[in-house]
Amino acid sequence: MVTQKDFVLAVEGLTVSFDGFKAVNDLSFYVEEGEIRVIIGPNGAGKTTVLDLICGKTRSTEGSIKFRGKELTKMSEPAIVHSGIGRKFQNPSIYEELTVFENLEISFPRGHSVFGALAFKRSAEVIAAVEEVADEIFLSEHLGKTAGLLSHGQKQWLEIGMLLIQKPDLLMLDEPVAGMSVAERKKTAELLNKITQNRSVLVIEHDMQFVEDIAHRVTVMHQGKVLSEGSMDFVKNDPKVVEVYLGH
Amino acid sequence: MFADYTTTELVSIFAMQGFAGLILFSVFVLMALGLAIIFGQMGVINMAHGEFMILGAYITYIISNLFSSYLPGLFDLYFFLAMIVAFFATAALGALVEWGMIRHLYRRPLDTLLATWGLSLILQQIYRSVFGAREVGVSLPDWLMGSVPLSDMIEIPINGLFVMGLTIIISVSIYLLMFRSRWGSQVRAVVQNRPMAAAVGINTEKTDRRTFALGCGIAGIAGSAFTMIGSTGPTAGQLYIVDTFLVVVFGGAQSLVGTIASAFTISQSQSTMEFFLSGSMAKVLTLLVVVGILMLRPQGLFALKMRH
Amino acid sequence: MSRVEIRSYFPKSDLVNFAVLACLILIVLPLSMDIFRLNLVGKYLTYAFVALGLVLCWGYGGILSLGQGIFFGLGGYCMAMFLKLEASDPESTKIQSTPGIPDFMDWNQLTELPWFWEPFYSLPFTIIAVLIVPTIFAYIIGVAMFKRRVGGVYFAIITQAVASILTILIIGQQGYTGGVNGITDLRTLLGWDIRTDSAKYFLYYLNAILLFACLFFAQWVRKSKLGRILLAMREREDRVRFSGYDVSNFKIFVFCLGAAFSAIGGAMFTLQVGFMSPSFVGIVPSIEMVIFCAVGGRMSIFGAIYGTLLVNWAKTTFSESFPELWLFAMGALFIGVVMAFPGGLAGLYTDKVLPFCKKFIQKTRSGKKPQQIKVGPPKNDELASPDLAAVK
Repeated sequence: MVTQKDFVLAVEGLTVSFDGFKAVNDLSFYVEEGEIRVIIGPNGAGKTTVLDLICGKTRSTEGSIKFRGKELTKMSEPAIVHSGIGRKFQNPSIYEELTVFENLEISFPRGHSVFGALAFKRSAEVIAAVEEVADEIFLSEHLGKTAGLLSHGQKQWLEIGMLLIQKPDLLMLDEPVAGMSVAERKKTAELLNKITQNRSVLVIEHDMQFVEDIAHRVTVMHQGKVLSEGSMDFVKNDPKVVEVYLGH
Repeated sequence: MFADYTTTELVSIFAMQGFAGLILFSVFVLMALGLAIIFGQMGVINMAHGEFMILGAYITYIISNLFSSYLPGLFDLYFFLAMIVAFFATAALGALVEWGMIRHLYRRPLDTLLATWGLSLILQQIYRSVFGAREVGVSLPDWLMGSVPLSDMIEIPINGLFVMGLTIIISVSIYLLMFRSRWGSQVRAVVQNRPMAAAVGINTEKTDRRTFALGCGIAGIAGSAFTMIGSTGPTAGQLYIVDTFLVVVFGGAQSLVGTIASAFTISQSQSTMEFFLSGSMAKVLTLLVVVGILMLRPQGLFALKMRH
Repeated sequence: MSRVEIRSYFPKSDLVNFAVLACLILIVLPLSMDIFRLNLVGKYLTYAFVALGLVLCWGYGGILSLGQGIFFGLGGYCMAMFLKLEASDPESTKIQSTPGIPDFMDWNQLTELPWFWEPFYSLPFTIIAVLIVPTIFAYIIGVAMFKRRVGGVYFAIITQAVASILTILIIGQQGYTGGVNGITDLRTLLGWDIRTDSAKYFLYYLNAILLFACLFFAQWVRKSKLGRILLAMREREDRVRFSGYDVSNFKIFVFCLGAAFSAIGGAMFTLQVGFMSPSFVGIVPSIEMVIFCAVGGRMSIFGAIYGTLLVNWAKTTFSESFPELWLFAMGALFIGVVMAFPGGLAGLYTDKVLPFCKKFIQKTRSGKKPQQIKVGPPKNDELASPDLAAVK
């Protein structure tokens, strides 16, 4: 065993059961500092549930999730966010009634208490941070636009931007390129490569080309368990993986 | 508070109050079953449910009057006809309401709540205009009057027994309908996955309408049964609606067994306490306990743990 | 605060709205009617506090409380207890078997004042209690429900159940609460007769000023980041939670705020009308207050006030001449507003009247220019953020 310090995220023996059905079953994996880890697997393998467990949306039945040595399984969702984890949902989850600026502003890590929010001022610092992120996610032209009017790809970027402005140490993305055009997909891969310079990323993705483009290591899940783990090349040639994907 | 009574007295008190509780339980179950089907299966809050029940009661009242004026020889049997008419009339009104109102509001549960409240106000006023503001009662046929003595101190009223029997029959039929029939599985399929159910060829709109109509129809039967044990006024439905909702929520909205169990718990505790405390305090205490438990266990007593 | 910041909280369109409303309530209504009618308007305006709270709770926060009457009633009862104690001095109650306690207690064979009535001899305590008691009550309900993620229809029903419990309790405990008649026969406030015309004028204006204070506070809330978080929460609660906010705290806050507003309304009701009874606490009045807000527009703090005035005016007029028709009208109002005009009067104004006026002005100004047709839904003024350019 390697000491835990080398890992940003250590998931050990993680199990969750919904009325006897184990969606995630004795799952363990480790993510290193600065790594881009992609989780793949057939539908229903429990990938999204893993992200739900890490960010506290679902509570585990057994096992531990350690982020930089801190146990997450008992923490509240906002506390997990404040400890440095950002999560993007499967469908673009943005505030369609608000403008792009306001979407990013809400995610800015200040004024998170009730009275903090009441007294929150749109200072030069906030505006600068929002503009910087908007620039990164290709939306600086659209700051004043109502977010509901953005294209599907732009919404995905906006949600990524909302995470970036939090400056998380671990970024979790659930299918970030789903429903994107080829051009948008390329731009997103670029964006991810750029923003992952100083943080670790956990991605769920189905698009194999995209996975090859970004992944450092790949974890293949099947029926709530780790089926295989390693580089993309290793995983692709693992007979167990081939069987799961092609055998049925 | 028990000190003033002897043991035999206490036993009979509990037995009598327990039986009074069973009658309350029957009305709760009949009302709550309809509500549970509509709320649990469709997610719709029908605030006019009490008025649907009262419609059933008024129909029973009309039919009993018709029988006593025109068919006094068959008066003993009017109740069965009344129940059937009450069921179909309220179900028809339910289908109409679903078509005209509810189906436009499926994605806005809070708005449904307000709209059906509006409907309940209108129905109340209609009752008041047609039947007058005073409560009306039906005269029971002879065979439903009187009581069965169980011991010197315990007597069981026959109309109560009849209502309970009715409740059991209806609960069992609903259970069979929902869990053993093809139609029931269609309803449950629509609840669990609407697009998928539509894709496999279930007419979801029709299913919704029938489910709503069925729920309302059961309320109509509840109203019919209600006339056996109490009188009917235009606002009587409103008195029961919150209690009934608590019954449904307390039982776990999707579980019919839960609904029945919670109706039993609530009605028993209320009627037992009623003997020792004033009626209003018994009700306050019961509701407080229910609300308290719901705060600790918001999903109700019999809820499934769901993924997501 | 700098001028620019104040501008961001009070944009021009809202300032106009404030001015129009102030003009109506402070000048037009008092000048155009006698004190009897004005007192009636004052009574309606006490409900407007509730409707205003509901705009924030329900319109912005997506939390529908069907038990706002609880807080209106608690505020009203606190005030009524003080006034009742003042009205029950030993001198004027000397014919009772126990002089010095409120008459209904004497009728119910109570021989001394219950302990929880004692502090209401003090006006400062009463004023604090008016604000604090309902807020704490709301806080308890809010913590219990929102921390456990109970919301939507469940919350609505639980609040309704609580309203019903409280009503039964008040009616059942006659000796302590005055029962179904409530606390009546209130006369003076620190020796000042509240039943005279001049007192009614004074109270009307006090009520109006308090209402404007609440309006300003509501405006601040909805234009601050908190207001935007409420909107965001209503749309994507999970996203807000995973942006690091404790969503339940925001819900509790807005629910407590709504309760505090309602309580002020309740206290002012008692002062202006001279009694408080359980008929303002229960399920029916609570849900009626929701319709005031819905008719005015659940997203508009101004709409809520116009809506309250309009519905109550209609209610008074109808029930004077055609009492049977009123329930039909009320029922139709519930159904109509939900199905046809979810935005209420304010929505109608911003979506229909305003664009029409703009088009009309545009047409008259430049006859030649082709009309500009905006793509997408019309930008709702209520959602508009503080002007970015102004901040820079």
